[in-house]
Amino acid sequence: MQINVYLYIFVMAFATWLMRVAASLIMKKPIQNRFFQSFLYYVPYVTLAVMTFPAIVEATQSPLAGAAALIVCIGAAWFGQGLFTVAVLGCVTVLVLELFL
Amino acid sequence: MEKGRDIFIQGYRHGIPIGLGYFAVAFSLGIAARDYGFSAAQGFLSSLFTYASAGQYMGFALYAANTTFAELILLTFIINARYILMGFALNQRMPEGTPLRTRLLVGSCITDEIFGITIARPGVPTPYYTFGALIAAVPLWALGTACGISMGNILPARIVSALSVALFGMFIAVIIPPARKDKAVLGAVMISFACSYAAVKLPFISNLSQGNRTILLTVVISAVFAMLFPRKTEEAEGGAVDAD
Repeated sequence: MQINVYLYIFVMAFATWLMRVAASLIMKKPIQNRFFQSFLYYVPYVTLAVMTFPAIVEATQSPLAGAAALIVCIGAAWFGQGLFTVAVLGCVTVLVLELFL
Repeated sequence: MEKGRDIFIQGYRHGIPIGLGYFAVAFSLGIAARDYGFSAAQGFLSSLFTYASAGQYMGFALYAANTTFAELILLTFIINARYILMGFALNQRMPEGTPLRTRLLVGSCITDEIFGITIARPGVPTPYYTFGALIAAVPLWALGTACGISMGNILPARIVSALSVALFGMFIAVIIPPARKDKAVLGAVMISFACSYAAVKLPFISNLSQGNRTILLTVVISAVFAMLFPRKTEEAEGGAVDAD
């Protein structure tokens, strides 16, 4: 028998939400342990770096355009451009380069 | 004191590039969802309330395979386990006495990307910011899914290709400024790039799902850096996103 699709969607959403709020339900105050603090300090940068490369090169039709966008974005962010500008520069790089590649 | 409304608008602005990236990624998710028998409305609903890329992809596949709810719940927990870690990182920044309501609201907004910009924003995480970003990004995620299901290949591939980079551009904008300030972060970012590349190529680890590869690498690399380059004390505040 096929499961009700809407019930299925609800269960998927609820189970995902539980993961999001699990820490909120448990934690009452910051954890003082130095290793844990340091670990959490590095987590976001490592996660985002891992998700960015090599995925950015695989996301575009031409890997070369993705690689160019990576370099353009790193350069722009290094020299102080904000989130939106960096993201748009990346898109424009791919759009222009893929006209030729 | 910043006003809640201003913080919300800032979050909304930061959520726009995320949403553009989401639209492109959701479009390809939608194409998969159609193959698994989901209508545009069903895809829209599931994306609006679940907003988890790898988790949803797996969920759609499990639905098509007619699996039980127990399996669905268990596998959803596993594939989204990184959200627990992100929840800890955000709650770590909230002082003792923060109402549970505030903690739940911030936690409910967690996606890989919204977590990234929230943790990079100086100060205590606030629901104003996370909801601003969520309201900008998630409707585009849901819309992208519906479009992918209903019109598969109408949008030119070149546009999808360019849009898909917005997401990564945003990640880069989050990690590079702190990497410039802190050599240890710069090292962690470079090692992460290298390990992530290797993980796609190496046997065994390349067989893991992308979500599981991400969490495995995150835990190992962050733990190694925490041991080698521990933070001094409470100055373990993240880098700054320009309040533009």
